[in-house]
Amino acid sequence: MSRFLRSLALSVVLSLSAWSSALAQEAGGTLNLIVQPEPPTLNVGVNRLGPTTYVGNKIYEGLLTYSADLKPVPRLAESWTVSDDGLVYTFNLRRNVKWHDGQAFTAKDVVFSFEKFLPALQARSRLNLAEVKEIAAPDDHTVVFTLKAPFPAFIFVHNTAVLPAHLYEGVTDFRNAEANTKFVGTGPFKFAEWNKGSFIHLVKNPDYWGDGKPYLDDIFFHVIPDANSRAIAFETGQVDVLRAGDVENFDIRRLAELDGVELTEAGWEVLQPVGYIHLNNRHKPLDDVRVRQAIAHAIDRQFIIDTIFAGFGHETNGPLSRLSRFKDTAAETKYEYDPAKANALLDEAGLKPDANGVRFAVKLVPLPYGELWQRQAEYTREALAAVGIKVELVAADVPGWFKRLTSFDYDLGQNFVYTTADPAVGISYAYTTVEGDNAGTTGGNVNGYSNPEVDRLLVEAGHENDAEKRKALYSQAQKIISAEVPLIWTHDIVFPTLYRGKVRNLITTGFGTDENFADVWLAK
Amino acid sequence: MAGPREILSRNPGAAVGTALLAAILFLAVFADLLYPGDPWRMATRPNLPPFSPGYLLGTDMLGRDLAAGIAHGARVTLLIAVAVTGLAVAFGVAVGAVAGYFGGRVDDVAMRFTEFFQTIPSFLLTVVIVAIVAPSLTSIILAIALVSWPQIARLVRAEVLSLASKDFVSAARVGGLSTPRIIWSHVLPNVLSPVIVAASLMTATVILIESGISFLGLGNRAFVSWGYLLGTGRTAFRVNWWLSTIPGVAIFLTVLSLNLVGDGLNDWLNPRSSGRSKRG
Repeated sequence: MSRFLRSLALSVVLSLSAWSSALAQEAGGTLNLIVQPEPPTLNVGVNRLGPTTYVGNKIYEGLLTYSADLKPVPRLAESWTVSDDGLVYTFNLRRNVKWHDGQAFTAKDVVFSFEKFLPALQARSRLNLAEVKEIAAPDDHTVVFTLKAPFPAFIFVHNTAVLPAHLYEGVTDFRNAEANTKFVGTGPFKFAEWNKGSFIHLVKNPDYWGDGKPYLDDIFFHVIPDANSRAIAFETGQVDVLRAGDVENFDIRRLAELDGVELTEAGWEVLQPVGYIHLNNRHKPLDDVRVRQAIAHAIDRQFIIDTIFAGFGHETNGPLSRLSRFKDTAAETKYEYDPAKANALLDEAGLKPDANGVRFAVKLVPLPYGELWQRQAEYTREALAAVGIKVELVAADVPGWFKRLTSFDYDLGQNFVYTTADPAVGISYAYTTVEGDNAGTTGGNVNGYSNPEVDRLLVEAGHENDAEKRKALYSQAQKIISAEVPLIWTHDIVFPTLYRGKVRNLITTGFGTDENFADVWLAK
Repeated sequence: MAGPREILSRNPGAAVGTALLAAILFLAVFADLLYPGDPWRMATRPNLPPFSPGYLLGTDMLGRDLAAGIAHGARVTLLIAVAVTGLAVAFGVAVGAVAGYFGGRVDDVAMRFTEFFQTIPSFLLTVVIVAIVAPSLTSIILAIALVSWPQIARLVRAEVLSLASKDFVSAARVGGLSTPRIIWSHVLPNVLSPVIVAASLMTATVILIESGISFLGLGNRAFVSWGYLLGTGRTAFRVNWWLSTIPGVAIFLTVLSLNLVGDGLNDWLNPRSSGRSKRG
């Protein structure tokens, strides 16, 4: 019962602190944001891309959210317990929660979401469900997950949105269900209007379960397709917040200097983004570990961070982000920028330069997410040319890029991945052997890397209930993966957020701007 | 007909245009000598402003010399412009001459075919073609040529139509010359001057279309072109204004010089059509 008491105490402390800080808050006002690019839907149960979760997480909520130091924070679950053997997770749900259409939120919704809806649409939810033996609802306000084996990452999968079961009665095709576009959630904001190509308007949910929350009257998400226009919209005060990706990094430095503008790097503790250049380990000569190491030594990653990403980012030599509890830099191999060493490794691998100084040629598929990734691709081409690797850039749009990577139809490919709060959920599948020619998603093992020892370590670490043993297993895995460089970790990404000083409590948890904004308020 | 030297002194615009065009051609031809090596090479510190020592036009965010990009870009841009114009003129003249000379049903078919291409917005069609076919130098040239020839074809047809009934053509026909020979040596030489003027103006349009394609990021990434430099510099405009401004000025000057030269050619080859060249 000690875990139960601890979590109970924690939730009391958290609610007390929330209450005391609530005294200073002022209600009212409109928050203006940018959503870039325009999302295909606002239903985070259907789609989990960045723009969808940014807007949708204000409408839909999960059982838990996570603080910046990765402690679970109550949301739709008021409290929870984990049995000492790590097998039974019991969630006690809030009793005064209503869906936006007035129906009561109950345990039925939770069971429906985790058992039926989410696994039907989300690969990651299917993987999570595979760990579960049974989901039970003993009463309307309790949900019990019983796992097949201990899976400590399970506490980190409950930020996932819960969907209203009553709207899906009799529905079998969840992907195309009519209810998907009704955007009915339990969150602090309700869907009001979507003027395609122009804005998305959310209004305050007066029946929200959090007392006195939300503080804002409404939120506008503006759709502004041009990066320069987005920067100007922020400069002129038309929008109050800019997220990374809304404007290029060099503009962030400039805008941060403006009066009354704040910059924060917080709010990425849960997602933990890392930049990648995938290497197709199934293609020759990239199957040779010496060649992959040579590429790691040939690229000046500090240049990428300092010059291309305007100093936002940190060097990393392994699969985990600096924000991960399991990051073990001592276990990693350090790949300093050293073209001479790269040349020596390539010579050793038997790849002699021809008359034009070319050892071999590869194709690089850049990440089609804005200018900086294109600059990084151009830099990579020049850096690798210097050690005799000829790189051809293959322009691709987002679906083309996705298809090439997931079907192993590339040599080098840029990407960035959310490595998330727990490696068992975030990165295990990125280094686990894939059979066949379909890696599933770009977060999967598109490198085609395969090491039975790593496979074993990742499975074992994922199901180890003892925290110390678990850490040791992940250190072993990091040691092997870092030494064998199945891909180049270009940088541990920093995604800064810019906001006007009048916006308060913008980032309160490890989810940053993907939070529900119930706590955000505007100073007059 | 006045000599070229006389035209240039009478039409200072043409003189300026010719000088500018000569300078740009010089840059394109000697790009390798002026700026040896790959223009994509990261030569020095990033984001140097113009007039930095050794880097006249400054550098971009990767430390690439913008002047080298402009010089090598001139080569790619002009190569595409000349190749497209050559192709479009050859095809346009052929279609226009046949349509105008034979008239009747041949003319109908040829003109409907021409109109088919004229009714589609040319820039959009080019973008669609380049986006579908992989963007290579050849595909870009062919795509722009495909939308450029109709205006030449219509011009040539109109000229040939009026020439075909002239006495000297009838005389050639009576003299027993073959039809291709009549078209080639009696009709076309008389069409040449308006075609040259139209071609010089078309070259300018082609440069704008190619820049537009590269600006949108659809160009071939193996080559630096002005449109590419303009497009990539644009996002950083508030930080490094010169990265987009200088390629823009280069495009502007080239298009302007081609227009001025076209104007001058018109004066020279076609004195009656220009008000300025009328002498009392």
